[in-house]
Amino acid sequence: MPGRVRHLSATMPLLEARRVTRRFGALVANDAVDLAVPGGQAHALLGENGAGKSTLVKILYGLLQPDAGEIAWRGAPVPIPDPRAARALGIGMVFQHFSLFEAMTVAENVALALDVPEPLPRVAERLVAVSRAYGLPLEPQREVWRLSVGERQRVEIVRCLMQDPRLIILDEPTSVLTPQEADGLFATLDHLRAEGRAVLYISHKLEEVRRLCEAATILRNGRVVATCDPRVETAASLARMMVGTDVGAARRNATAEAGPVRLSVHALSLPPPEPHGVGLDGASLELRAGEVLGIAGVAGNGQDVLFAALSGEQAAPAADRIILDGAPIGREDITARRRRGAAFVPEERLGHAAVPRFRLSENALLAGHATEGFAPGGLVRRSRTLDFVDRISAAFDVRKGARDPEARALSGGNLQKFVVGREILRQPRLLVVCQPTWGVDAGAARVIRQAILDLARSGAAVLVISQDLDELLEIADRIAVIFHGRLSAPLTAAQATRERIGLLMGGAAMAEAA
Amino acid sequence: MTLIEAILLTVITASTPLLIAAIGELIAERAGVLNLGVEGMMIMGAAAGIAAAITTGSSAAGVAAAILAGMALAAIFGLLVLGLATNQVAAGLALAIFGLGLSGVLGAPFVGVPRAGIGKIEVPFLSDIPFLGPLLFRQDPFVYASFALVAGVAWFLGRTRAGLVLRACGENAAAAHALGYKVLRIRFLALLFGGACAGLAGAYLSLVLTPFWTSGMTSGRGWIALAIVVFASWMSWRAVAGAYLFGGVTILQLHAQGAGVPIPPQAMAALPYLVTILALVLIMQARGGGSTAPAGLGTPFVPDR
Repeated sequence: MPGRVRHLSATMPLLEARRVTRRFGALVANDAVDLAVPGGQAHALLGENGAGKSTLVKILYGLLQPDAGEIAWRGAPVPIPDPRAARALGIGMVFQHFSLFEAMTVAENVALALDVPEPLPRVAERLVAVSRAYGLPLEPQREVWRLSVGERQRVEIVRCLMQDPRLIILDEPTSVLTPQEADGLFATLDHLRAEGRAVLYISHKLEEVRRLCEAATILRNGRVVATCDPRVETAASLARMMVGTDVGAARRNATAEAGPVRLSVHALSLPPPEPHGVGLDGASLELRAGEVLGIAGVAGNGQDVLFAALSGEQAAPAADRIILDGAPIGREDITARRRRGAAFVPEERLGHAAVPRFRLSENALLAGHATEGFAPGGLVRRSRTLDFVDRISAAFDVRKGARDPEARALSGGNLQKFVVGREILRQPRLLVVCQPTWGVDAGAARVIRQAILDLARSGAAVLVISQDLDELLEIADRIAVIFHGRLSAPLTAAQATRERIGLLMGGAAMAEAA
Repeated sequence: MTLIEAILLTVITASTPLLIAAIGELIAERAGVLNLGVEGMMIMGAAAGIAAAITTGSSAAGVAAAILAGMALAAIFGLLVLGLATNQVAAGLALAIFGLGLSGVLGAPFVGVPRAGIGKIEVPFLSDIPFLGPLLFRQDPFVYASFALVAGVAWFLGRTRAGLVLRACGENAAAAHALGYKVLRIRFLALLFGGACAGLAGAYLSLVLTPFWTSGMTSGRGWIALAIVVFASWMSWRAVAGAYLFGGVTILQLHAQGAGVPIPPQAMAALPYLVTILALVLIMQARGGGSTAPAGLGTPFVPDR
């Protein structure tokens, strides 16, 4: 059982990074970064994607070695050659991605993280005890793939707590949680702090940080640009420090004038793509010209199948399940749907929306070969595809070195602007876009959201599938929630409070809303 | 000795090399490395085994040389796919072809040199039990070794912490690395084990089954071992079923030909392969198309240091 941890004097930090520098080739991911976390403090590490947060915590946890600078633990410099050494010091880490073994049980996952081997039954026993003590119920014998995202995170946290750490690092812990699950996490963190454990909290969600943390270190482009007390700052002032300039929200003109129904889906059911996945279960929706309909939901609730069914990557069981402008298109393929004026932007920009090793012009050709006249008679007109790339780049501020680089050479934000711009420039009648600003810096996100809004105001129908609730609240006229392959009835922007949507995202009150 | 007894005895000898090679590959694949070069490692084991056995006059030296030869080829493969992160499929195919060629050179001076095979171990009294006695208690050491290997591997994967770590590397190398495990080292050791087993299986061919050397004498058994791993859905005990199914069909087909069953011998000779394909299809169907392969199988892992 983890015991109560002695409070340290406030003068000496528990963990300190001193002038830590780390380069990847020409990129300086961390440039003389200083960070000090006193014992018992909840300390936020804030920054945009690519600001260097992940690199710094990987160094603190021994996954990366700094090129210069040092880490000090309780005032004394220490080498942290690997995660084992970090855990021996008392540093625990809760990863958000790539950290659990799907095919293994909860107990096995926890046992793998223990440095002193214990027989599995003992691990299971201790696990139950720890999870009970912190109000994080878990069944040790369940396989991880059976667990919800929130439960997986519990496994991560319990796994970390089993080692009785003095400092717990949490990397973007709420990015995949419903608001209610996030509240549960905050309660756990309060409990941990009450025991005198320090928390290093990595996030770009400002309200969370203001609520949870007593101190914040803000990174921008690998450098520390500010340290502050987030409780006395505003979300806007924190954002300014993070981004360097003011970031406004996307501008919304007059509310939607409901046009005619452009897209409708009737009781669409599809099997899951893989044995442990989620399919669609009688999903229905109506999308009118001129409006933005948001589909909220925690990852893995059938969003990918919904997108595949709408784009034509997966055919519907019958043609009349999906109707576009009065025509049943459920059995048509992607190209046929594009010819009808539909456009699609999948979630994954590298590998799904764009071929990483193809040039931008070639990627433009792949999406527009049927509709943009890029290849009359089957012969590619390179000048036309290049010209299209130029127009996208100008309209969406796609920053790139060469005129026509390979897709993988672009940064995430710039490639996302390209793949969204590629579809919007065609002036589609229907746009289906999945996670339009995932992992994109604030500036690019704003450009993309504004473009989506403008497209809708020009009379197109837009469906946005997103796990980012803030994004949907900002741009959607109506929001429906997808849970276990079922779609809720949409809420209007006025009805759609964070709390109501959060309840639907957790599967509660689905019957009441439907 | 009855006919059935004779058939069962030959089934055991046909299945043993398949089982040994498959169990080695199973470990490599559970660690996440797909080594398609089993055929090459196996035939190198056969060639090195007979060469060492004839030169030194010791069967034990032959077996040791076979194991070392298999491990040497696995080490080359490991350097390519782990050290240099090359494509595992391409490197594995190259390894198979390389092994076939090199073994021809190594074995050339020994072509057709006859040699007494390795004798059988008789368990006193028990081997006198009618029918079961000769089947279970009068076998060569390789047969006992193959079952010891299966039991050992099943225990290792299911019950030991090292086995858990090995499976973790095969499931999600990035996560195992993030917990502080040396993924590449573990995968390399798994590959060496696979090479040792393939070499041992090769030694069985050239020292026991047909106790002389002919080039290309593995005749595709390495590929069948790969199929058995899939057939077994990466579970060690099911590999026994796969190996004996394949070995059994091979022998039955021989006897059917001997008994004059009016089917072209070519079709009969193809039967084991057809059965393997059919079994794989049926297993996939029964599972609803999903895969039970280790999630990280075949994916190179490069730690970002």
